[in-house]
Amino acid sequence: MRLTLQNVGKVVNGKTHLYGIDLELESGSFNVLLGPTQAGKTSVLRLMAGLDRPSSGKILEDDNDVTTVGVRKRNVAMVYQEFVNYPSFTIYKNIAAPLRRTKHLSKAEIDVKVRATAEMLHIERLLERLPAELSGGQQQRVALARALVKDAPLLLLDEPLVNLDYKLREELRSEMRQIFSYGTTTVVYAATEPSEALMFGGKTGILDAGRLLQYGPGLEVYHRPVTARVSEIFSDPPINLIGASIGPQGCRLSLNVVFPLADHMRSLSPGDYRVGIRANQIGVVNRSGNGIVIHATVELAEFNGSETYLHARHGDFTMIALLNGVREYALGEAVSLYFDPSRLFVFDVAGELVAGPEWKPYNTKAA
Amino acid sequence: MKIRMRTIGLIGYLTLLMLPIYWMLNMSLRENNDIMSRLAFYPHHPTINNYVQIFTDPSWYMGYVNSFAYVGINTVISLLVALPAAYAFSRYRFLGDKHLFFWLLTNRMAPAAVFLLPIFQLYSELGLIDTYLAVALAHTLFNVPLAVWILEGFMSGVPREIDETAFIDGYSLPRFFLTVFLPLIRAGVGVTAFFIFMFSWVELLFARTLTITEAKPIAAVMTRTVSASGLDWGLLAAAGILTIVPGALVIYFVRNYIAKGFALGRV
Repeated sequence: MRLTLQNVGKVVNGKTHLYGIDLELESGSFNVLLGPTQAGKTSVLRLMAGLDRPSSGKILEDDNDVTTVGVRKRNVAMVYQEFVNYPSFTIYKNIAAPLRRTKHLSKAEIDVKVRATAEMLHIERLLERLPAELSGGQQQRVALARALVKDAPLLLLDEPLVNLDYKLREELRSEMRQIFSYGTTTVVYAATEPSEALMFGGKTGILDAGRLLQYGPGLEVYHRPVTARVSEIFSDPPINLIGASIGPQGCRLSLNVVFPLADHMRSLSPGDYRVGIRANQIGVVNRSGNGIVIHATVELAEFNGSETYLHARHGDFTMIALLNGVREYALGEAVSLYFDPSRLFVFDVAGELVAGPEWKPYNTKAA
Repeated sequence: MKIRMRTIGLIGYLTLLMLPIYWMLNMSLRENNDIMSRLAFYPHHPTINNYVQIFTDPSWYMGYVNSFAYVGINTVISLLVALPAAYAFSRYRFLGDKHLFFWLLTNRMAPAAVFLLPIFQLYSELGLIDTYLAVALAHTLFNVPLAVWILEGFMSGVPREIDETAFIDGYSLPRFFLTVFLPLIRAGVGVTAFFIFMFSWVELLFARTLTITEAKPIAAVMTRTVSASGLDWGLLAAAGILTIVPGALVIYFVRNYIAKGFALGRV
């Protein structure tokens, strides 16, 4: 199903939750809505599901206006962040519930579908239990199964993995990638983690404070964020945004670091800018040979699995570098950080992207 | 030593609490002249004649039947009215919802006697006097607000997402309510029924005023034993014991949820 939002806004008790959102989701597409908490992701999903009515604008399913159609008349499936199941039903009855209510299937047909879906999500041995007897990960699998078994043309997932621990999240995420890779369902997946948007592929919409900032293929949004805010939301750890000015002698960062302009910055007119460097583009060795050095002192080194987030201060600016492997640093230790100016994003003072590092869309469908 | 002190204290407290009930049980198993003639801490010649009389004399046992009848009708009416109302207060926002919710409770702030005259006059006009329905309806005035408050608390403890998931799955509201929602709050319904039952069971003013003979409750029947020859102590005590039993039974079934009920479901 093609889902179209036309200038959709939502005002609750005088507070604006969503500002005129325009969005067109193609039939069978996988879409990630990425944004920090309170960005309005859940509000958008609730409007798409028909649980809430928009205060302004229109919602179209294919070419039908469904703006005022309630949730019961729409054919959607939804998975919540909390594990929502019917506590008094067995897992079997939970998964069968949407089939019993919406489709006219025989008992045997329902049984086949329920068992197939349960198998896909590896809960086939839990069918006789009650939801409260399952672990969090299993409960969310049940919720997913209930959403999938319905085979609705629109599947909405509201941060379904957020309440799971790390290992389960990884496991379920990779399984979901497989489940969603074949299917004609239009999927909308709300997420706070940039890695989820990249992992699932498909399209990414960036939401912030009730506004849709950018929508497009995930990698394109990652490599060509239209504003500094998009790059902030789509980076983990956060992108380093540094004030800069371009003049005759090159680019001068507010850190008192001056370097000649990289190729993609040549066309920029002199003036004030902000440059963004992703943490994974900052290293402690001058790998490319033409790296620019920043001398800084270590404030904090965090270990995240097999990576190290190094927070280092230069003047009054703290930058974050993402280093491979676990590396130990002493507090206050002096480090030399290198970055390659050709990997810089340049934003104007208003935050619009004016120059980005070289990137070519990888096109598998060669003409 | 400390534990022993506490044990003694608790036993003493429990003895004080149980003493009147024990004394009533003691009296109910003795003959009248035995009760009047001497002090006995236990029945020396136990007899069940008092109980036999209650269970064989229609003017006695019909008191229990009448009480059960209007208490039952009242419990059913109150729950049927309060369940949808509590759901609405818990799930929907509508004009004046908070004021209405509070106004419900103010019905319990006035003494019952205030409502006695208008209700008696109204029911006389309608020919309802001396029927089960009269007492049952009068008691809903006090029980529906309480039931709405308790049920609303229990219902608000159920995440709204369950409702929404059910609607997404295609449940109609009545079907969702009966098959999914009610089982989730059955403890709350039980506790509410208990509170309704208890109020209606012990309420005397309305029950006595709105009935004459046909629907006379047991508590009113008990006042009958005052006669020219004095009180029939043993019979009265037996009736008292039998009146306590239903309440004790109901409490037993909801014992684990009563605290939550007293907090109006908000624990």
